[in-house]
Amino acid sequence: MFQETALSGQITFFQKLRSLDYILLLCILILGLVSSLSMYSTEGGEILYHTKSHVLRFLVFFSMMLIFSFVDLKFWHSTGYLFYFTVLCLLIWASLYGVKASGSQRWVDLYFINLQPSELMKVAIIMCFAKYYHRTQIHLVNNFKNLIIPIVVLILPILLVISQPDLGTSILIGLSGLVVLWLSGVNVKYFIYSSLILLISLPFVISFLKPYQKLRILTFFNPDRDPLGAGYQIIQSKIAVGSGGLSGKGFLKGTQSYLDFLPEKHTDFIFTLFSEEHGFIGSVLLLLLYAIIIYRTARIGASARSFFGKLFCYGFASSIFIFVTVNMSMVLGLLPIVGSPLPIMSYGGSSMLATMIGFSVVMSTKIYQKKIIA
Amino acid sequence: MINSGSDTSYRKQSVVNRRMFILSAAKLFVFGGIVAKLFSLQINQNKKYLTLSDKNRLREWKLPPIRGDFQDFFGNTIAGNLKVYQLHIIPEQVENFNNLIIRVKDIIELDQKSLNKIIKKKNSQKPWETLIVSENLTWDQFVKINFYLHELSGVKPVLSVSRNYPYNENYTHLLGYVAQASSSDLLKNDEIKKKHVPGLRVGKIGLEKSLENDLIGMNGVQRYEVNAYGKRINQIDHIEGKKGQSIKLTVDTKIQQKCNELLKDKAGSISVMDIFTGEILAMHSSPSFDPNLFLYGISYENWENILNDPQKPLINRSITGLYPPGSTIKPIVALSALENNIISPKFKVNCTGKIEMYGQTYNCWKKKGHGVVNLRDALKVSCDTFFYEMSRRLGVDRLNETAKKFGLGNKVFKNIFNEEKIGLIPSTEWKKNALGKSWVLGETLITGIGQGYIQTTPLQLCLMTAQLANGGFKIDPKIIVNNNDPTVSQIKSIMAENLEQKIQGPDFDDALLDSKISTSKSGNLHKPLFRNQENVKFVLDAMFASTNEIRGTSYSSRIIEEKYQFAGKTGTSQVKRITEAQRELDLDISQIPYKDRDHALYIAFGPYKNPRYAMSILIEHGGSGGSAAAPLAKKLFKLVIDRHDQREKIKQNNKNLKI
Repeated sequence: MFQETALSGQITFFQKLRSLDYILLLCILILGLVSSLSMYSTEGGEILYHTKSHVLRFLVFFSMMLIFSFVDLKFWHSTGYLFYFTVLCLLIWASLYGVKASGSQRWVDLYFINLQPSELMKVAIIMCFAKYYHRTQIHLVNNFKNLIIPIVVLILPILLVISQPDLGTSILIGLSGLVVLWLSGVNVKYFIYSSLILLISLPFVISFLKPYQKLRILTFFNPDRDPLGAGYQIIQSKIAVGSGGLSGKGFLKGTQSYLDFLPEKHTDFIFTLFSEEHGFIGSVLLLLLYAIIIYRTARIGASARSFFGKLFCYGFASSIFIFVTVNMSMVLGLLPIVGSPLPIMSYGGSSMLATMIGFSVVMSTKIYQKKIIA
Repeated sequence: MINSGSDTSYRKQSVVNRRMFILSAAKLFVFGGIVAKLFSLQINQNKKYLTLSDKNRLREWKLPPIRGDFQDFFGNTIAGNLKVYQLHIIPEQVENFNNLIIRVKDIIELDQKSLNKIIKKKNSQKPWETLIVSENLTWDQFVKINFYLHELSGVKPVLSVSRNYPYNENYTHLLGYVAQASSSDLLKNDEIKKKHVPGLRVGKIGLEKSLENDLIGMNGVQRYEVNAYGKRINQIDHIEGKKGQSIKLTVDTKIQQKCNELLKDKAGSISVMDIFTGEILAMHSSPSFDPNLFLYGISYENWENILNDPQKPLINRSITGLYPPGSTIKPIVALSALENNIISPKFKVNCTGKIEMYGQTYNCWKKKGHGVVNLRDALKVSCDTFFYEMSRRLGVDRLNETAKKFGLGNKVFKNIFNEEKIGLIPSTEWKKNALGKSWVLGETLITGIGQGYIQTTPLQLCLMTAQLANGGFKIDPKIIVNNNDPTVSQIKSIMAENLEQKIQGPDFDDALLDSKISTSKSGNLHKPLFRNQENVKFVLDAMFASTNEIRGTSYSSRIIEEKYQFAGKTGTSQVKRITEAQRELDLDISQIPYKDRDHALYIAFGPYKNPRYAMSILIEHGGSGGSAAAPLAKKLFKLVIDRHDQREKIKQNNKNLKI
């Protein structure tokens, strides 16, 4: 019965509701709660601007995600390119008329929200590629035309974001795109070749970097060379995490963050604060939460019958993995400091919006998993 | 078509599933890596980062230590601490520093110069460090600041302590003074470096400097939790500091003040010493200055005044002033001649006012001559001719030996005063080494009357007199009270015992004793410095004659009353060689330029019947010892003896306390 209706595309609302991935939803809710509490802690145990707006954003975007989950996957599929081009236009707009803040021009003033299109691009690029490869036949994936187009599609936003300048986000966009490319069957040798070329051209690339970006890379290799300047963030972050110990200093008791030693503690360094207060146990549990979210997302992809849905879920799961990994590695001193938020945990509306859009598509894939898009 | 389509679609699916599987395995691996890093930071290196985190958040503020007091023998504070009102600003707590400082300037009426200084200081220190705007507010200023305090955020009126010298110029050279620690103070003294806080005062000279490590005390500590910008969040800990050790000195303020009074408007020095215990009762150098001037940085005007004073107030004449001892050396020359059996007390010389020797004329101070004099008379009237002849026979090296034994040519204090001078007692060997020339016999003659190369400090002369007056025993001069030191009666019995031993011990080797004395200082404490005590007694008797018998050089300054009766020896040391023409002129002292006038010296001990105290007086360019220095001794001696009973009472109390 069910299968037939499913095949015919006529699914009742109840069935849709039932087929939501509740474990995934629960995990996202828990993450939202944890992030709200962390935000509360960054403000020294008071409900101030950041906490209020973070909670509000989470609730609004989460509800929005639930509603959009019921949107037919077909719709997502059909808007794939449009979404990409819209975000690309916003990026161009941002670089022309964007709002400037702390030395970079990343925001577009949409009157009700200051949107950061580069964050949306992280999802848009996956959606775009998912649609592109949905249509491309497997034996054509590695032909010249089908290699050039995705590369152009990927490089355009990267260049725009770098010029903002925002190295971190452009790297994340690039990585997300590359993962999808690889998943969709692009020959491994191309990745090897291009990484070789990148390695060779690295010195030239570095010479084009801004002085502060060079400094960050140098600092990464030796944080102590400038402990009060560029190395300050890494050192203070490591001190905070390290001093957390097994069970942490306790909620609202992280001295490093409470006394302002931590930079950007409500955005990129939120994990540091969390880790200082909740210790090794808390950190591992948080990592586990992310792992479950990634796993559930990938699982939805695995059971999806449409290639678009499958590729998107895989790509999105992988991109969350990349964001989490890059952010955590960064604050733990495993990678140089580049601006990269921790999904859902970090303060930031655009990032939250992008993540929720991603989950909408994932949920939609779950609900319409039996559906094959032509 | 459909088939091939579904086939490619199937292949596509299988590729993407396979690749996702590989990717997932990689993800697990990476997450494992993050967990490992977390483990290493939070579990393995937890201790290290915990310490770093505490270091980050806790900051200590050292509070200035409270300096120990100086007390005189009677317990009067001669260097203490005074409550002062200070004005501090913590720049980081100030919103607009420039506005605030102008406001403060108006309230406490700061002048522009000191304002500029404060702004310069502010720019050179960290924003959380205390900026001291004023170290010594008047009560009126303090009240005014407190009145406006509510509109002056970041300003802190502080009740602090500051060094204070209640007796002003009386103890300046003895105690020295404190002033703000300089970078060289920090470099030279680790203790200061350890305890340094902005505005810390440390000893610059004198006892304040040499006893720095005892006086300085311990810092109090305030421990605050601070944020990343160094702003204090809350106080976690407060540890009280410890006041530095209070140091009791052997000096008597009454006597010290009398010395200052006697030397008023003169350049000179007076030292008074207990001849048995070696305690310094007074040691004053004149002119002096008020050490309180240095506390808050001396003003340019005051400093210029001190620096340009022709009488040079900065010099501590008692221990760093080097003067030819003049005739005050004669008791030692006489003793040396007797000890070495050069002459007998009966030896006589006919003084005609001058003597020709080695083709040169040596004059006696009395142009008409003293006629035929024996040793006792020669000391009494200070006949130079007699001493020329005796020194010629004695030789400079034997004189050197005796003089050094009795404390000349050595530091009186071991290492209390860094600036103390050694002086110079010449010898043939010294001249060869220092000047590369052979000794000329004529030089022996003038050394015998305390002129020429010989140079001593006033305190050395005092010690010399004390060691003669106590019967010729070695004593150890001291200025800091030590209740464990033996009492006078104990010392007297030790001395008697040592004398007994010397007489009885047939193997007693004088040469050995001599060498010991020159090498070790305290090793021979209270041991005899003579070969035959009769010689010492002879010299003391001659000194008695000099003061108390008619024709004696200080006869006019004698005190007849036995309780105060003292014996002494005058000295008049030439600053400049006098030509024959000048000698003929016989100018009155007021007719000679100040710089060329003779130094007046006097050494004395008493009461004669039962000696207890010795003193030395020096008046720089004061003229003759008999007319300028000896009269001061008369005035001073009365006071010293009058204070004796009170001093003994204190000692008795201390003894009782000890038991």
